[in-house]
Amino acid sequence: MNGTVLRLVLFTFLTGMASLITLIALLSRDRKSFGPAAARVIFEGKEEGQVEEPASPSTLSALASAAGTHKNSTVLKGGGLSDEELEDRVRADQSSKKPVLWFLLSAVFWLAFGSILGLIVSLKLTFPDWLVSHAAVTFGRLRPLHLNLVIYGWASMAGMASTLWLIPRLAHRPLVQPNFAVAGAVLWNAGVLLGTVSLFVGVTDGVEWLEYPFGVDLILVVAGALTGVPILTTLAKRKAPHLYVSAWYLGAALLWFPILFGVANAPRLHFGVEHAVVNWWFAHNVLGLWLTPFGLGIAYYLIPKVLGRPVHSYGLSMVGFWSLAIFYSQVGMHHLIGGPVPTWLITVSIVHSVMMFLPVLAVAINHHSTMFGRFSALKHSPVLRFAVVGSMMYTFTSFQGSLESLRVVNRLTHFTHFTVAHAHFGAYGFVSFELFAAAYFLLPRLLGREWTKPAWISIHFWTTLSGILIYGIGLSIGGILQGRAMLDASKPFMTSVLVTIPWLHARTVGGLLMTIGHLVFAANIVRMVVGERVKTSLPRAEVAS
Amino acid sequence: MNKLSVVLLLAVAILLLTAMTLVVVPYRQFAAISKEEGLADYTTLQQEGRDQYVSLGCVYCHSQQPRDPGFAPDGERGWGRPSTPGDYAYDYPHQLGTMRTGPDLFNVGARLPEANWHYAHLYQPRSLVPHSVMPSYPFLFERKEQAAPGDVVVKVPGSPTTGVLVARHEAKALVAYLQSLDHTYPSTFIDKLANEESKK
Repeated sequence: MNGTVLRLVLFTFLTGMASLITLIALLSRDRKSFGPAAARVIFEGKEEGQVEEPASPSTLSALASAAGTHKNSTVLKGGGLSDEELEDRVRADQSSKKPVLWFLLSAVFWLAFGSILGLIVSLKLTFPDWLVSHAAVTFGRLRPLHLNLVIYGWASMAGMASTLWLIPRLAHRPLVQPNFAVAGAVLWNAGVLLGTVSLFVGVTDGVEWLEYPFGVDLILVVAGALTGVPILTTLAKRKAPHLYVSAWYLGAALLWFPILFGVANAPRLHFGVEHAVVNWWFAHNVLGLWLTPFGLGIAYYLIPKVLGRPVHSYGLSMVGFWSLAIFYSQVGMHHLIGGPVPTWLITVSIVHSVMMFLPVLAVAINHHSTMFGRFSALKHSPVLRFAVVGSMMYTFTSFQGSLESLRVVNRLTHFTHFTVAHAHFGAYGFVSFELFAAAYFLLPRLLGREWTKPAWISIHFWTTLSGILIYGIGLSIGGILQGRAMLDASKPFMTSVLVTIPWLHARTVGGLLMTIGHLVFAANIVRMVVGERVKTSLPRAEVAS
Repeated sequence: MNKLSVVLLLAVAILLLTAMTLVVVPYRQFAAISKEEGLADYTTLQQEGRDQYVSLGCVYCHSQQPRDPGFAPDGERGWGRPSTPGDYAYDYPHQLGTMRTGPDLFNVGARLPEANWHYAHLYQPRSLVPHSVMPSYPFLFERKEQAAPGDVVVKVPGSPTTGVLVARHEAKALVAYLQSLDHTYPSTFIDKLANEESKK
């Protein structure tokens, strides 16, 4: 590395650190809204010390004693809210009903569709002469379809559903103008549907994560803007004394996404290798600044809310937020290590990938310390199970990602299935698990009904957890073997293909388990929305047994 | 600092500032690099073939970016010298790729110049490469009683001999593109870098 490169890298690194320190200094001057009191803003009335688990009212007392909340472990009538507070809460919880149902039900449909396609794609690698009679079903068409369906159909829509539902809780007031978001959901669906058809027939922008044609991109941007109207207006008109960290993540993501998506999709602007640079700037940021904020926003709300105790350190959550913004936005180029890209650019991304340890550590300390000593609570709360496993996956996959950016590791894992496994640990193990947690938490409150089949929730949890572990661990091993074979030029290329075959079968098994879990999840949600109506799960009815 | 507008404004400002480093500066730097002198633009047929390559999603298994010998043995595998930005002057959308389920294709035209090899391989990869996991692309071909004038007749090892197998236009274009993937000419970019290095 020559002097200029070193100076440039040092410069961006120091600028990043300096801005982070300045931000934190500004934050810590305002102790009132950033001290422990601010972490308690998610509790109204006497809610602190009260567990909240709408997905499993029958295990509330057991959960309360396992959570061992510092005040007491009895379950108060109304979950600690007075009749008046409770009425306000119910009004806020149900104010987003129409848009949330639109977004969530569509998301679950796209998830089921996308995971079935994923399963087919996985099988195609081991049965390459299966489904080859038409271009529409060839591997190279179905693989991007799977990705776009689960990212833009499932994760984005379920993320927006969760945001629309959480915002009234964080703002302590009902959602303003929900119909804008309904229009947004309808339009977003139209975009995903059009995009899906166009990828099937082979009309594609041809760039990973950005395959949808420009017309579809425009539809998604307008749909996102429409959805943003009620979210930002509700936040602006909030009654809560402090804007909780979840709202920061969710609100910022809403503004980050159109910038990323707009720049990367701009037609006729990009060229050659520069196109690849923008491609990976976008593709990594869409994980870090769009999907990750959904996951973290949900986890930061649900883990403390279910346990009835504030997060371990609120100040740390602020450090986590700002360092995520500063460092994550510069890591994308590690996807081009070894490629025809200037050294300084790659090095900037590697440095910031390593700096990601900071925000990840901040989140990890916060989430895991809040849980520490209370892991038996997982037994009694399905929401907590999904949220906590998701949060552990976040810690794991982020550290893994930082390591993968180092040249010595990247040399081995780049261009192999290892990266695919890593992407699934992040987008599935972390983000999707948080989205599952949110769905189980919010639907009973949104509809005033109970999940009548707790066993189905367990099936969903265990199939998807074992599925992602088999998928992720199997494919990671396969990827390492593939990388080792590829680096050894004395072995023919075919060796690097053959060593992966058993692990590709493992991936199919994992994918099958996840798909089964999703179908059970979808069936459970359909039951909840249109099936038997058991109206007991409002907090009002949750009286100590 | 607890005002919604301040938080969101700062968040957006950070993304825009970091995009200066990761998007704007590289944009200017790449724009200043001229194309490699040995590189020819695609013919109409080759460009059509490239569109097929994009539309069929070849990029999801094949990269187009041989790496430096100091970093990985791509050259020893016959994938060619490290690619330079000027090699991609006519490539839009880019197809650099992130996966090597199959080999790198940046110089496949030099490595495998035979058209019939590519036709047979596309029709049935396992007829030439046992245990290959590449999908077969029978829809790029049609079986006829007899070849018409101008038809490209494809011979696939071990395939039934009733009638003749003829390449459709899509296959012809795709193979023309694959054959055009030849960046083995000397790189002016690498020479220039070496010159600058030796002057210091």
